[in-house]
Amino acid sequence: MTIAARPGRAVGAPLRREGPAKLTGTALYTDDLVFPGGWYGTTIRSTEPRARLVAIDLDPAFDWSRVAVVTADDIPGDNVVASIAADQPILVPVGGEIRHQAEPVALLAAADRETLREARLRVRLRTEALPPVFDPLASTVEFARYDLAKGDVDAGLASADLVVQGTYRVGHQEQLYIENNAMIAVPRAGGGVIVHGSLQCPYYVHKALKRGLRIGSEQAQVVQAETGGGFGGKEEYPSMIGLHAALLALRTQRPVRMIYDRHEDLAATTKRHPAIVTHRTGVMRDGRVVAQDIDLVLDGGAYTTLTPVVLSRATIHAGGPYDIPNVRIRGRAVMTNTPPNGAFRGFGAPQSEFAAETQLNRVAEAIGMSPLDVRRRNVYRLGGITPTQQVLRGGVAGEEVLERAAEASEFDRVRVRTAESRGRRSPRDRTARGIGLALAWHGAGFTGSGEAKMGSVVSVELSGDGVVRILTASTEMGQGTKTIFPQLVAAELGLPIEAVEMAPQDTALVPDSGPTVASRTAMVVGGMTIQAARRLREAVEGRTGRPFATSYRDDAADHGATRIDQAFEPYPGVGFDDATYTGDAYPAFGWAAAVAEVEVDLDTFEVAVRSIVAVDDVGRVIHPVLCEGQVEGGTLQAVGYATIEEIKLLDGRYLNDRLQTYLIPTALDAPRIETILVESPFAGVPHGAKGVGELPMDVGAPAVVAAIHDATGAWIHDLPATPERIMAALVGIDPPGPPGISTVSPRRAADGDTER
Amino acid sequence: MAIEPAVVSPATLAEAYAIAARGAHRPVAGGTDLLVQITGGIGPPPDRVLDLWRLDELRGISVRDGALELGALTTFSEIRASVACREDAPALVEAAATIGAAQIQNRGTLGGNVMNASPAGDTLPVLLALDAELVVGGETGERTIPAAAFWPAYRRTAIRPDELLVRIRLPLVADRRQRFRKVGTRRAQAISKVVIALAWRGDPGSGTWREVRVALGSVAATPIRAAAAEAALEGERPTESTAERAVAALVGELRPIDDVRSTAAYRREVAGRVLRRLVRDEGRW
Amino acid sequence: MSYHLTVNGTATEVAVPGMRRLLDVLREDLGLTGSKEGCGEGECGACTVLIDGAVAVSCLVPVCQVDAAVITTVEGLATPTTGLSSLQQAFLETGGAQCGICTPGMLLSGQAFLDSGAEPTDDAIREAIAGNLCRCTGYTKIVEAVALAAGRRDETGA
Ligand SMILES: Cc1cc2nc3c(=O)[nH]c(=O)nc-3n(C[C@H](O)[C@H](O)[C@H](O)COP(=O)(O)OP(=O)(O)OC[C@H]3O[C@@H](n4cnc5c(N)ncnc54)[C@H](O)[C@@H]3O)c2cc1C
Ligand code: FES
Ligand code: FES
Repeated sequence: MTIAARPGRAVGAPLRREGPAKLTGTALYTDDLVFPGGWYGTTIRSTEPRARLVAIDLDPAFDWSRVAVVTADDIPGDNVVASIAADQPILVPVGGEIRHQAEPVALLAAADRETLREARLRVRLRTEALPPVFDPLASTVEFARYDLAKGDVDAGLASADLVVQGTYRVGHQEQLYIENNAMIAVPRAGGGVIVHGSLQCPYYVHKALKRGLRIGSEQAQVVQAETGGGFGGKEEYPSMIGLHAALLALRTQRPVRMIYDRHEDLAATTKRHPAIVTHRTGVMRDGRVVAQDIDLVLDGGAYTTLTPVVLSRATIHAGGPYDIPNVRIRGRAVMTNTPPNGAFRGFGAPQSEFAAETQLNRVAEAIGMSPLDVRRRNVYRLGGITPTQQVLRGGVAGEEVLERAAEASEFDRVRVRTAESRGRRSPRDRTARGIGLALAWHGAGFTGSGEAKMGSVVSVELSGDGVVRILTASTEMGQGTKTIFPQLVAAELGLPIEAVEMAPQDTALVPDSGPTVASRTAMVVGGMTIQAARRLREAVEGRTGRPFATSYRDDAADHGATRIDQAFEPYPGVGFDDATYTGDAYPAFGWAAAVAEVEVDLDTFEVAVRSIVAVDDVGRVIHPVLCEGQVEGGTLQAVGYATIEEIKLLDGRYLNDRLQTYLIPTALDAPRIETILVESPFAGVPHGAKGVGELPMDVGAPAVVAAIHDATGAWIHDLPATPERIMAALVGIDPPGPPGISTVSPRRAADGDTER
Repeated sequence: MAIEPAVVSPATLAEAYAIAARGAHRPVAGGTDLLVQITGGIGPPPDRVLDLWRLDELRGISVRDGALELGALTTFSEIRASVACREDAPALVEAAATIGAAQIQNRGTLGGNVMNASPAGDTLPVLLALDAELVVGGETGERTIPAAAFWPAYRRTAIRPDELLVRIRLPLVADRRQRFRKVGTRRAQAISKVVIALAWRGDPGSGTWREVRVALGSVAATPIRAAAAEAALEGERPTESTAERAVAALVGELRPIDDVRSTAAYRREVAGRVLRRLVRDEGRW
Repeated sequence: MSYHLTVNGTATEVAVPGMRRLLDVLREDLGLTGSKEGCGEGECGACTVLIDGAVAVSCLVPVCQVDAAVITTVEGLATPTTGLSSLQQAFLETGGAQCGICTPGMLLSGQAFLDSGAEPTDDAIREAIAGNLCRCTGYTKIVEAVALAAGRRDETGA
């Protein structure tokens, strides 16, 4: 089949702003930046999962005069990577505790990589081993805990016709942006540093620099370079790398490049949290779910990082998009001696919604109901009440995305066909087809009072020379920020999009509009941008008495520059109580459904995901091409999560620490993705957008796992649903170990220095 | 930037032999294994490298002296495009098509796959199944080593340090049939979990199988032939009961391991199931 | 040693160690930073270039092996006179580039496919770009872009 070319797709929507630069190779990513006289930096890391650092020995036979060495003693400020908690050191001090295998202990820099490589080999860490903890269920250190309750879960379970129980486990997932983490620090003339880097949140790095280097706001300057993907993976770790580069730059008084290679990036930077989720569900014969009792444990790794926030989202989403009268959700996040886990598209929700959706499918099976009908029966409708007692007052589109997905995929019809062929199956058949459905909700923006506390600001200015410019710290890393913001402002001002500029993401120029995370950019920051533009228009039109578009240049000439700083204003009627953890957990929810069709090889149980129909309610579509691109990309990440992406650990170290062993889907593994965008707007922002980045990540994996069940009859409770796990379920061979939990080498086990 | 050992790029095989005779040179063909090892710091880097890429004497595919001959520098893309290979070594063509993706197939060579001696090298079971002869040469002349004796231990070959692999000979055998199947984690750019090649001579009259070869990769420290499975198939027709015996024999004789890519249990079971499928396809039951 | 290569139509001589990776020669010695390093081990395809018209990962090619060869990088696809190439234009229209880091390599694999004259079926395009990982797009719009460019090529007979 030749695919019909679809010219003119982008008609009406502007082309990606920085597109031509990216397409011609002129866009400058961090490693493309040239700083004459720059040195190369590198990180010396621990190789123990847990130990006391006794000494850092530098080989006296080596000429150290050509190398800069930085240890914890050289840190001018607090030895802390500023985040939610102050527990993670920038470098482990001598006498301090090493908590994971890839923990930074010392930094080196040299003028050339040859010297640096040589120097690395001449550093030796002396340590005293301490007993590590690898099993989250055995961990006694809790990073956070949330308990949610609605109704009376025990009474609900007691009244149910049937109670179904299930345990679901998911392992680590790597963001696998194709550009590795990279930062370059340059000493500033007036003291302090400029850090250029691949990052999502300039002001996170800024804050970390101020605290770690003890410098003022103006002395810490952070500039985003073109960024080759983030997906959450460049939300928080860049603070660490930025500090490392800055310490070396201040020491050498030269630019220092910290460019991770893939191995280091995989071995040391944050992953999606592994989770263990247990469900008890009470259901009536007619399909009404009357009680959900859910227990959720996230493995935070060695330090707090963003774990409490990830846990909070995981907990709130753990029941799935269903209005159940009696709910109890207990979530906790614990420490293990593995590299810290952090943000990744979906932020806890993909883990807990995989469990919720697979559990619901098991429930449906137990009462003999179709997966579609059980969802129709229980999905949230307008006025529904969530486990945080939030009343869903608008933009509720669960039913709509469900029906659209079922219709577009001909779910019922295909399912009859796959059931028939399952009934007729013979050993002669090579493959089996299956279809699966999943539904999800995703809270838009920060959880709870996060946004109000953040106090973000966006500016729109009309410069003295008549240029309209948007100033925001929201970063472009593929989603199209630099296209949609000008689009929104141009529409508000009645200008062609080309007439609106974006200031570079440089903390010296733009205000702190918060991090580029939680799908908040289009909704929250986009909304503020429109508000700022509106105020600018009113100011100019008030002076000139003419429409903005025809008068702004004159106004600039007459009055000089006008700059509007728009602070975040809490959405009316949205409130959350942190103490009781009740209220409006999110200003709005996005809704997503996916139907996956798979083909399973009956000899090898290899799974080919053939197609996915993805239906996503994004509130309002600002740019169809960019929006579809987000859905397609997120969907494939979910397919990878469901099928092949896995990290095995030994003694707390990732074994899949190269691209040869950590595999993501290629073009041949990717399904044909049909995207259907639904618009059920959020009334709290002028443009109605609810964000799209994370939604598709929540539904892909449970849909694929349901389809594998439809094809083979095997329920897979552990992700990824590898051929090894499917074969174990169907044929009875030994299953692989649980995902995400480190095995212990025989040597270590014999030493007895482990708790497992 | 990776380590950059010294390199010489001779233009003739004779020069290359002379350099190899001086010792301590690591050959590089397409570099798709060697450069990964150098960049990734996998094993000690070589001090000196002998670049074979200009040696056109090691290129070309031809039928000569009753064998299909492939120069050591033959790339996987060349194998896929070769009519002679498609005719006489279809299993090799299939194997070549599963290696990496276009970028790797354009530069990775059959000789490199042989000499890298990975237990997961996808062409190696094919070479075992087709009774390949590996012609190696040096200043003292050429000698031929049968594939069955070429990989004595984990990542070892039977070649001497002063020798180079020159060409691979696949003897032409009348009525020989061959099949290939690779099981990997994804559909391109994937190292095998299990790879299996099967070859036999079908008796046109009785339909029985002779000179049966069952060869596997990724199930042991070296690519192997499965002697018990071969014995179970030898002299038999591809019936269901024969297949069951062969599968039982195969599962009984394999000792695979758990590693980062798969589990021992899966490898053993899947090897048996794939063998059953291949026999079933032939027996049409 | 010194090696002679033609890079994007310009004859160039570089005096560098022969085992230097072509990727480093391009990025550091010649300042052509369009080719990206995503892994250094041949897996991601971000460093893909054409060597004598055939795709290769420049992180695994020592420069001694491209003496006298003709190299095309992303910088050689568009020219100041013609603007974006037809494939680049198609990527722009379909949304085939998001973060853009895979794009240079992807474009070269796509270009080699177009140059081969093969029929632009969905499967054939996917096989042609299977050595180039993209984490942003799910590949849908990249496959569309190559098909679009192939369609325009066939229409104009160019
Ligand atoms: C991304 C990627 C994917 C891959 N996928 C696969 C796969 O699916 N299946 C698979 O089997 N392999 C795979 N490989 C490995 C590799 O491509 C193959 O093993 C290839 O055949 C190596 O050939 P080469 O010419 O590149 O070898 P080189 O790297 O040049 O050499 C490999 C080894 O052989 C020695 N050598 C090479 N030629 C000779 C000779 N003529 N005489 C003596 N010694 C010699 C070298 O010294 C070196 O030790 C992959 C590699 C990469 C990077
Ligand atoms: S950098 Fe060359 S393939 Fe990844
Ligand atoms: S566009 Fe970001 S990796 Fe492909």
